[in-house]
Amino acid sequence: MAGATVFPMTRNDNNPGGGRNAVTVRGLVKHYGETKALDGVDLDVREGTVMGVLGPNGAGKTTLVRILSTLLAPDSGHATVAGYDVVRQPRQLRRVIGLTGQYASVDEKLPGWENLYMIGRLLDLSRKDARARADELLERFSLTDAARRPASTYSGGMRRRLDLAASMIGRPTVLFLDEPTTGLDPRTRNEVWDEVQAMVGDGVTVLLTTQYMEEAEQLASELTVVDRGKVIAGGGIEELKAKVGGRTLRVRPADPRELSPLAGMLDELGITGLASTTVDAETGSLLVPILSDEQLTAVVGAVTARGITIASITTELPSLDEVFLSLTGHRASAPQDTRPAESREEVAV
Amino acid sequence: MSAVTATAPTADVKGDARIPLRGHLRHTGALIRRNLLWIRQDPESMFDALLMPVVFTLLFVYVFGGSIGLALGGGQDRYVQYVIPGMIAMMSMTLSQGVGTGFSQDFNSGVMDRFRSLPIGRGSVLFAKIAVELARMLFATAVLMVVAVLVGFHITHWGGLLATVALSAAFASSIMWVFLTLGVVLKNAQSVQAMGFLVLFPLQFGSSIFAPTKSMPGWLQSFTDYNPLSTLADSARGLMVGGPVAHDLWVTLAWSAGITAVMAPVAIHKFRTKS
Repeated sequence: MAGATVFPMTRNDNNPGGGRNAVTVRGLVKHYGETKALDGVDLDVREGTVMGVLGPNGAGKTTLVRILSTLLAPDSGHATVAGYDVVRQPRQLRRVIGLTGQYASVDEKLPGWENLYMIGRLLDLSRKDARARADELLERFSLTDAARRPASTYSGGMRRRLDLAASMIGRPTVLFLDEPTTGLDPRTRNEVWDEVQAMVGDGVTVLLTTQYMEEAEQLASELTVVDRGKVIAGGGIEELKAKVGGRTLRVRPADPRELSPLAGMLDELGITGLASTTVDAETGSLLVPILSDEQLTAVVGAVTARGITIASITTELPSLDEVFLSLTGHRASAPQDTRPAESREEVAV
Repeated sequence: MSAVTATAPTADVKGDARIPLRGHLRHTGALIRRNLLWIRQDPESMFDALLMPVVFTLLFVYVFGGSIGLALGGGQDRYVQYVIPGMIAMMSMTLSQGVGTGFSQDFNSGVMDRFRSLPIGRGSVLFAKIAVELARMLFATAVLMVVAVLVGFHITHWGGLLATVALSAAFASSIMWVFLTLGVVLKNAQSVQAMGFLVLFPLQFGSSIFAPTKSMPGWLQSFTDYNPLSTLADSARGLMVGGPVAHDLWVTLAWSAGITAVMAPVAIHKFRTKS
């Protein structure tokens, strides 16, 4: 990874509160023919935390989740979930995990209630308990009204909620969510986020994969950034945000001539920790990287104090692309030509 | 590896990996319920089991019945007695195919990932499919018997009918392992169906199901004589209408046991290791 900014995953740094690992991954490798979906992945997820695995399509996120949930055998390396080895103790492991895949893993021909009842029975609940648990979870995920309708008639968000409910039946200690909101509209996505946060409140350890920085920021306390089967960065969310510049404040003065003086003023002001501002001439706005609410307040205060008319002011989270750009020096989706040919291939996952 | 040893104690507490027989039955039961609910949700999926015995019986009896009956030294009545037991053999094979296409569809939806991430025996998913398909077959046989009586079939041994049903179920379940394997290995339901027909047609028509094999050329006869569908059809004739049974019965049972012994482990293994 020449040119890549990698901050090493020293476990002591990332483990300030101590705590046991719910997931431990060491040197995990998985090939699909010539392509390496996972190329030596290390990962630690402490109990009761939410680990976000951030990466573009084909980074190996789904492969990682499939190995950790025993759907796929690794080529080398090893991994434990809740203390169980993914290869040697798959049955014990399956008892303590929940999985919500990228595509709804419920039986669409079955009504919601029947889906949950069936999974309860497959998890060795008695008929009575399976019935009660199905009712309880439908209630919790606001699906009671749709309980008797086939899941195929559900909206995307309802299906995803049913999927989450199905993952919760066995009261898992570790929950794997593979891109839980991909393909959902913003409102539904917020619903799913709320549900995931509620689960975390119950003390479940969550490993979540996502393509969106925003989602990772909403849900995860720690983040692992993966690209082409390798971990390229990891650490606390704040730590990473500092690395990639956190939010960006976009200020557009009504008069474009004010742009340069405004930029000069802000740079001179030297608000603590503030990186240099840039002028986006195309949109006639000023981009100010900010790390904290205090900085945001200070910048807005300074701009207002100058007494210029502002046409718009917005804050933006870095996109996955920007995160990748600042972490690795290359864009997430377009492989660089300087890389050797074999690693340039797209990894289909 | 301090992290691993730190969490290891939990492994000892919940460490039971084996699934007891009652667990297997419970899991298979839950999955049978699922497959039965499919039928309730989509009653059209029973059309093949309902129509196949009706259409094929009428077709064969009224189109070929007269001429083949003549060759048998009788007429259409004679052919009815000949072909109805054969139909049971034919249906055991044709309906078995559905188990493969259904299984393939399961694989292309996310629900199979769910099953495979649950602590259940891999066999349960397959056993449930077979159980439901056998129930469909039983239904189709009941329909066939109604049509059979309407076209003039008369059973001389009612106990033989039960024995025939049991025998064809044994044979069908062995064939289902083959189709389940195809369902796991092949990419989609269409390929399973196409491959299924390639297996089905030569076996069904190169047998004694529809016509006696005496007039077939010698090379073909040596195939039809060992074709399990011939022995199944001939056993059914012996059991329901009368005639020698023992030899065909044993050959059919041997085929069923042999196919199951080879294909069941293959199907379960392929299912377990599919990624």
